[in-house]
Amino acid sequence: MSDVVEKTLTALPSLLSLDSQPGSAKLSSTSKLGNLIRGITELTSKHEEEKLIQRELASIKEQVSSPNTSMMKELMVRAIYCESLGYEASFSYIHAIKLAQQGTVLEKRVGYLAVSLFLNESHELLLLLVNTVLKDLQSTNLIEVCMALTVVSQMFPKDMIPAILPLVEEKLNHPKEIIRRKAVLALYKFYLIAPNQVQHIHNKFRKALCDKDPGVMTASLHIYLQMIQENPEGYKDLTASFVTILKQVVGGKLPMDFNYHSVPAPWLQIQLLRILSLLGKNDQSTSEIMYEVLDESLRRAEMNHNITYAILYECVKCIYTIHPKSDLLEKAAKCIGNFVLSPKINLKYLGLKALTYVVQQDPKLALQHQMTIIECLDHPDLIIKRETLELLFRITNAQNVTVIVEKMLEFLHSNTDDYTTIDLVGKVAELWFIETMNTVFSVGGDMMQPDIPNSFLKLLSEGFDTVEEDRKLRLFAVDSYVSLLQGEPGKLPQRFLQVISWVLGEYSHLREELEPATVMRLLAKLLDMKQTSSETKSWVLLVFQSAQEVSETYGSSMDTVLRQRAQELQHLSQDCELRARVLPQDAGLEPLEVDSSLSFLDGFVSEALAAGAAPYKPPHQRQEELAQAKALSLEPYGLSLPISMSSCSIADRQSPTLLSMSSGLSGDSTDLSHKGSSTTLKLDGVKRVWGREGYLAQREAVEEAAQVEVPSPLRSPSQQAEADSSHSQTPTPTPTPEPDQEKQQLASSLFFGLSSQSSVCLMGKSEPTPQRFRRKAKGQASSSGAAEQISNSLVSAPSAVDNFLCNNLLDSNITSQVGISSSEQTSELSQGPATTNGTCDTEAESTDGDIKGSNPSLIIGDNGLVAADPTPHKDPGSPKDFCLSSHLPAELSELCRSEITPLCSNQSLGLSACHVHKEDSLVLVVFITNSSDAAIRQILLDLDSEQLQVIYHDVTSHSVAMHQFSLTVKRPSVHVEVVGMVSYQLPVGTPQESLTLCRFSCRPLTVSTEEYGTMWLSFSHDTKQNLTLISDGEEPLTATLNVLKEKLQLHIVEIIGMEGIIACQLLRDQPCLMHCRVHADVLAVWLRSPVPDLPDCLIYHCQRALQEH
Amino acid sequence: MIKAILIFNNHGKPRLIRFYQYFAEDMQQQIIRETFHLVSKRDDNVCNFLEGGSLIGGSDYKLIYRHYATLYFVFCVDSSESELGILDLIQVFVETLDKCFENVCELDLIFHMDKVHYILQEVVMGGMVLETNMNEIVAQVEVQNRMEKSEGGLSAAPARAVSAVKNMNLPEIPRNINIGDINIKVPSLSPF
Repeated sequence: MSDVVEKTLTALPSLLSLDSQPGSAKLSSTSKLGNLIRGITELTSKHEEEKLIQRELASIKEQVSSPNTSMMKELMVRAIYCESLGYEASFSYIHAIKLAQQGTVLEKRVGYLAVSLFLNESHELLLLLVNTVLKDLQSTNLIEVCMALTVVSQMFPKDMIPAILPLVEEKLNHPKEIIRRKAVLALYKFYLIAPNQVQHIHNKFRKALCDKDPGVMTASLHIYLQMIQENPEGYKDLTASFVTILKQVVGGKLPMDFNYHSVPAPWLQIQLLRILSLLGKNDQSTSEIMYEVLDESLRRAEMNHNITYAILYECVKCIYTIHPKSDLLEKAAKCIGNFVLSPKINLKYLGLKALTYVVQQDPKLALQHQMTIIECLDHPDLIIKRETLELLFRITNAQNVTVIVEKMLEFLHSNTDDYTTIDLVGKVAELWFIETMNTVFSVGGDMMQPDIPNSFLKLLSEGFDTVEEDRKLRLFAVDSYVSLLQGEPGKLPQRFLQVISWVLGEYSHLREELEPATVMRLLAKLLDMKQTSSETKSWVLLVFQSAQEVSETYGSSMDTVLRQRAQELQHLSQDCELRARVLPQDAGLEPLEVDSSLSFLDGFVSEALAAGAAPYKPPHQRQEELAQAKALSLEPYGLSLPISMSSCSIADRQSPTLLSMSSGLSGDSTDLSHKGSSTTLKLDGVKRVWGREGYLAQREAVEEAAQVEVPSPLRSPSQQAEADSSHSQTPTPTPTPEPDQEKQQLASSLFFGLSSQSSVCLMGKSEPTPQRFRRKAKGQASSSGAAEQISNSLVSAPSAVDNFLCNNLLDSNITSQVGISSSEQTSELSQGPATTNGTCDTEAESTDGDIKGSNPSLIIGDNGLVAADPTPHKDPGSPKDFCLSSHLPAELSELCRSEITPLCSNQSLGLSACHVHKEDSLVLVVFITNSSDAAIRQILLDLDSEQLQVIYHDVTSHSVAMHQFSLTVKRPSVHVEVVGMVSYQLPVGTPQESLTLCRFSCRPLTVSTEEYGTMWLSFSHDTKQNLTLISDGEEPLTATLNVLKEKLQLHIVEIIGMEGIIACQLLRDQPCLMHCRVHADVLAVWLRSPVPDLPDCLIYHCQRALQEH
Repeated sequence: MIKAILIFNNHGKPRLIRFYQYFAEDMQQQIIRETFHLVSKRDDNVCNFLEGGSLIGGSDYKLIYRHYATLYFVFCVDSSESELGILDLIQVFVETLDKCFENVCELDLIFHMDKVHYILQEVVMGGMVLETNMNEIVAQVEVQNRMEKSEGGLSAAPARAVSAVKNMNLPEIPRNINIGDINIKVPSLSPF
């Protein structure tokens, strides 16, 4: 630059000396433009320039409106000059149009030029030009026609196109090729601004393509490039034509005029190659047509000139775009290599660009040139550097992200260009920020503090400094999340899913090509997934701000939180105004004012107080008061139990009463487990009965609640064993409990004064162990069915509960009863091997709690024997005690089962039965014991049910036969009977016995108060009833509940003051919750369950149990 | 498609401005300034391509430029144009100017702005490349020139006019015109 200045200065004197030359004097005196330009060069400030131009414009204005138009052309040029300097000369617009209308050919030309420079397509004055154009198009003067076509292609009012379209079309047949060519381009312009107006002339375009003049054909390629871009399918038939054209061009068939530096029509080749790549994209058959010519092009393009590189570059791009062919790819790769390695910087740039383009298909290519790429990173040219970074950006993966981002930041430091900075910062942010956060979320998962995702989302919504950057960042987030969801969303942590759904909900509209329906579908998939926790679901649901359908589905969900969200959405979607107020666009940007004192509720509160409501007391105050009023401490309750439990276990008694207490303990053991290892230690001594598993169950339940994976239906014996062996495993440290407002509120509303410390932890990190268990359990055919059930239930809480139950059952060998509504599965019969060994340790010590409903009764057969009281028959005197339990088949003996209860017997034959709890059904096992010396033949066990079971069986002397009946509860009912009859043939006679098994049973459901609260809200069927209180000295509520507990196998979750909560369940998934409160001398009971008839059933049994008491 | 063709000198004074896409007047000036800012910073030994600035449309747009002595020729194009193709088109355009003006220089562009526009119209029409063959372009311009001569306009013969301008009296040190290196060197096509 300084050279130039120097030269200028040295050249100046000589120029100045030319002063006196006549020519210059003449020009400067006549040319006003010369004067103007000279004037401007003399000026020293922008302000002066402005003044001068204004003066000039004023003079132009004056002269232009004078009738003397001889100077018109010159005036117009001056006006153009002023305009190009950025000064408006709007007064001259109309004169320009006039000039185009009326002037001579030369004036017309200036007029048209001025018009095309001054005006734009929507300028109103342009309408005045339409007639002029029309006239000129019809002119016989070629130059006028050309001028008209030129101005039309520069700008023309859209609405006026039909007026001139026929004339322009006509020009396609003009004998002069330059006119035809301009007409084609004018039509292309029309196509661009108003595509539907030129629909009908598509075949004229084809004619232009086949024009004998290559120039016209070239012009028509503009149109085809555009149209093929829009709709590649519509022009596949032309592929062969384009290939032929290219072949001819490459083969040098065009006139020599078209050569440029001895390269035949390079621009035409470029254009054709672009068209071919569009046509061959993702289309093998079309691609095959062009392989040959591409090969030819590559071969012919000798590297001798810039323009051949242009052709090569297009060729390479085309080869990589169309359906791949290996040898072409090889050649193209070599070509790219030439580009990248070229010392010419423009070629290097294009080489990098090509690499960037192909690197996703062929990462190896980038590897080949890695040294060059590294060199380019330090290239002095920023553009090269940036292109290299762009290339690196494309090949970023988990391993190299750090280095690449480092490089980018390095570049950022050295860069000053705003635009580049913005672009690059966006990329860094994309790569680094989102990716890192993604990793953080997926790895950290549910372990992390809840404020991390919150602050992430806050950052995302508040954004950075520039709008564009924010948009890019969000776009990237949306993209990466969509792809994550399309992958395996089931593996992502809940917290991450929540973030994802929020981001998608807020920003997915930014990605225009992403249809809302797609996002909805992905999110809906989340909703349907069984692993998704209900909290995540409500996040997801919030995204569906208008999805009527979804909200309706979830409007009847069993999860109350979900239901509420769905209802809210439904209301919002119906009330547009409200919606606009509640959910304004971009609400995230406006700070919300939170009225923490809730002053807007003051009116309501005072009204309520006036109506006699109790004043609000903060929770701690309530707690204190309650503690003073009723000293029911949880501590001793929780801690004393293990002791009593262990004593009971050591006695090896299987008392249901105690056992259900033990389950009560495990319900409370949320607290215990928090207290650390002391519990564990204590339980250690307790062998196998429940101790470890109680603890273990707790831990896993926590995990389960957090992870909500496929609920393992069978945390079965295998698991027990597994757990035993892996006992030393330390449990995952319990993460910070999440302050779950809703749950807390609920719990405190149900139980005033209860410690609101929430121990339901949703953030537990899953361990591989449960997975292992599950795999072990896979053998059980029934597991899938159970899993399905869960998935249908849509509530995640029960799954945790199930788990409790399952473990609990496993642990404590609870003697629970069969709940049968129908027995529909066939039994399998296994021959009991006659073992006559030792003592039977099955001390069938049945208690009251064992049998509900009517007791089994023995009905006489032929022989007239009536066993009216089927009290468990035990024959201690019998010399041969069979170890009945040893006859249980292996797969059942590992399962939790009831005691083997003798049903009835006579001298020769004894019937005993027990129930084994499979997770999805109940197996009724009937043992037939032959205590006589002779073999009993033809025993016929006939169970009276829908499917008649008739089993003939011989039992040899002193042996046991066993039958299994699998019973599935279809729906709860008050009274279920399985009546059966045994007939057999002794050598002596044929006595017959029939037995009736009639039971209603439920199992205790061990839950903590918090879980109870959650479940309570999610159950839909409820019944209220008053029961009589039992008052035999004790505190009536406790007494009553204890009776119920004993009789009905309920689990008392908590008793506080005058209220108590009880939980139980029929099989898995059929929990029933009971809330009791003492009112005067009755007990108001409120039952809730997801199972329709269960509350009614249970209340019936409660009434009976209390009556019987 | 070509969005704009800008020619300005080393000081950023516009010499020819042609937009094929509508921009408001002040926006046009801003684009010129920004483009000049981008281009003038670059050495001669770097590549001739630039990603479009933020004004003219972001990353889809490219600035392809050549620097001849005192003038920058900048084509702003979208992704449907070949970079190297446009680079050579600029060369063709400059060569054509050189042929029409006989040793073209910046002053030719100033004083015959209209003429430059007419030449450009034969190369690029409404943003599309119309003709790349220099002889053809020159022939078209010649046709118009003949017409001009027959009509006998004010600035009749271009060659005469140019020499007249070149010999023009410039009383003071010109601020914007580099008279010293007045001829645009038409390079023998090994510019990079």
